[in-house]
Amino acid sequence: MTKQNEDDQKAQFKDNVIVAGSVLTVMIGLAVGAWMIFLRPSVEADQIGYRGVAMEQVAFADDKVAAAAMNIAPEEVYELEPDDGSEERAGEIYENVQVLGHLSDENFNRIMAQITEWVAPEQGCGYCHNNADGEIENFAGDYNYAKIVSRRMFQMTMEINANYDAHVNSIPGTGQAVEVVPVSAFDGETTVDAIAVKAEGTIVPGAAADDQVAGVNCYTCHRGKNVPEYLWFKDPGTELEPAEEPFIGARNGQNMPVEANGYTDLNTDPFSAYILRNEPARVIYDEASIGDDNESLIMRTEHTYSFMIHMSKALGVNCTYCHNTRNFSDWSQSPIQRTTAWYGIQMSRHLNVDYLDPLQPVYPEHRLGELGDAPKANCATCHQGNYKPLNGANMVSSFPSLWGPGPVELQDPALSPEEVEAKLNAN
Amino acid sequence: MVEYQNIFTQVQVRGPVEAGLPADTLVPEIWGRGNSGFFNYWIGKLGNAQIGPFYLGTLGIISLVFGTLAINIIGLNYLAQVDWHLGEFIRQLFWLSLDPPAPEYGLSLFVPLGEGGWWLISSMFLLIAVLFWWVRCYSRAVQLGMGTHVAWAFASAIWLFLVLGLIRPMLMGSWSEAVPYGIFSHLDWTSAFSIRYGNLFYNPFHALSIVFLYGSAVLFAMHGATILAVSRYGGDREIDQIVDRGTASERAGLFWRWVMGFNASMESIHRWAWWFAVLTTLTGGIGILLTGTVVDNWFLWAQKHDFAPEYPATYTPAVDPVAAGAIPTPGVMAVDPSTGG
Repeated sequence: MTKQNEDDQKAQFKDNVIVAGSVLTVMIGLAVGAWMIFLRPSVEADQIGYRGVAMEQVAFADDKVAAAAMNIAPEEVYELEPDDGSEERAGEIYENVQVLGHLSDENFNRIMAQITEWVAPEQGCGYCHNNADGEIENFAGDYNYAKIVSRRMFQMTMEINANYDAHVNSIPGTGQAVEVVPVSAFDGETTVDAIAVKAEGTIVPGAAADDQVAGVNCYTCHRGKNVPEYLWFKDPGTELEPAEEPFIGARNGQNMPVEANGYTDLNTDPFSAYILRNEPARVIYDEASIGDDNESLIMRTEHTYSFMIHMSKALGVNCTYCHNTRNFSDWSQSPIQRTTAWYGIQMSRHLNVDYLDPLQPVYPEHRLGELGDAPKANCATCHQGNYKPLNGANMVSSFPSLWGPGPVELQDPALSPEEVEAKLNAN
Repeated sequence: MVEYQNIFTQVQVRGPVEAGLPADTLVPEIWGRGNSGFFNYWIGKLGNAQIGPFYLGTLGIISLVFGTLAINIIGLNYLAQVDWHLGEFIRQLFWLSLDPPAPEYGLSLFVPLGEGGWWLISSMFLLIAVLFWWVRCYSRAVQLGMGTHVAWAFASAIWLFLVLGLIRPMLMGSWSEAVPYGIFSHLDWTSAFSIRYGNLFYNPFHALSIVFLYGSAVLFAMHGATILAVSRYGGDREIDQIVDRGTASERAGLFWRWVMGFNASMESIHRWAWWFAVLTTLTGGIGILLTGTVVDNWFLWAQKHDFAPEYPATYTPAVDPVAAGAIPTPGVMAVDPSTGG
């Protein structure tokens, strides 16, 4: 072969490569373009902050639609009956009615029928009222752990609606929860003026409109299931006493991918410290320099961080829903939702300490955690991926029986199972 | 026809193994050692095909031994964390971590092995390894009659390493401030560190460090591109062109004056690159050293010094319920390890 031919062949080969490369590039470009246009889930950003500071909620549009669809409040099955207080009370008609004795007969039976739909639609009344033989002997006896638990759960629901208005917005006209209007619809200076007016006048904490009332009932957590889907137990790795720690291979209560901390390397038990114990979560100093009083708080920061990850996952929001991330600790730069969330943390701790954890002796073994502790609530228990559980539906207005505890004198006294038995036999 | 080389060397020219200058010309003991190196075809695809001759020496051996020990302590801790299960070791590798002691141990050197003792030991071994490698870097350069630029650039990186793992924890009075040895855990630490100290983005030395880090990347790209672009005029012979400026240098310089009004010289571009790289870790180390020792909240510090801007309010601000008088719900008492109850 001559030198000339060889060069020609090389040039030919080069041309082929260029053509093939161009075709491939165009095809890849088309594929990426098609993906961008037809397949890529669209991302929505709801801006609440000043332009250019990324104070916004970013989410996949179809995730938002899916979360909204999974959080539909159920229709009310039975209507509230008018009650002027003249009829006989449930506590007078029935034996052993300890928390709903103040209701009329009709409304007592209504809430019993309603809770069956909310918590045990498949098993029916027997889920709580069955005796050890699996039969309804009578409705008054405390034969079943589920009945004892649900009685306590009624009290818990009453406690939430009566005393945590600041978190669940259960009382008309007094709620703390405030809707922050996205400003993405506005532009330029208009944004600032429009919002400034609102900040002065129409959006005021403590004056939520009646149509924003939400409150809670059994369905808020249970969603038609015997046991709410999202609960937490103590983490065996975190609860080790120092003496039980191995000399090599300790996990230090972290460094393991678990759902609770969003599969980060942060603490595997984000809950016990903040919504069972009351350990300090605040780790940022509010002074530029505090001198010699500085503490070593890095590890505690990671612990707080793990709980914040849980909150973000449970509510389906970014950090910026409650914080201005330029300075996480500053309340005056944070959106109002942070105040609402603070009350939520207090509420969760109260529920775990006073209602859920103490039920431990009542539960059968299969309801307990690995360390034998009772199931406990966290943000996900109610929120289930939505920043407003059940899309902010009003769960409480048509259930006055859940607004708060009734008069004590109308309730039957708490008796031991044997005393209840004796009373039933006497009748 | 002229052939240009790409990243993969297309023609490998091989003579005898290049062993350096003849034994009697410079420093006799470092030339003509027992091993003389060998060739590897695939390494030659990427650069020089010759591997060796090696010089390990006492310093190199000490460094390698301690470095190996440190990495083995970390790796064995990882393995113990997954009950010596190799599959889990690979699956959870990014999560596994060897953490420093908790704050209550302060700066104690006698920490139970499982609670940070291994971290202390491996840190000490790692420190020995890194410092001996630096001395070796310095002494090899001196032996070859070179400048010690590489050693000082390396020292800048060691400075940041020392600040993070030794100097700052000592000033803070606690090993718990140091970085854990793990892939995700050190990232979580970095994030927590920034949040805990009021946002590191407002730390001016952090800002400088980022400027030099990204600047290094830009400079490297500009320099690499410029030399490749003028290599057809002999620009790849940079060292010759430093002292004997040819048309490659002229064209490259004119190009940058046209583009941005200024050009570095064939020599100064290497000083630019060296200083950008060195200043990345030098300023970064200063920024970390000041955090928690001098400044506790960088955002508030920036506000105090008028460089954190104010933005108009666009949403209802939160109110701190504690500051407003709300009383937190009491929790159950934490278990006190000293009484066990």
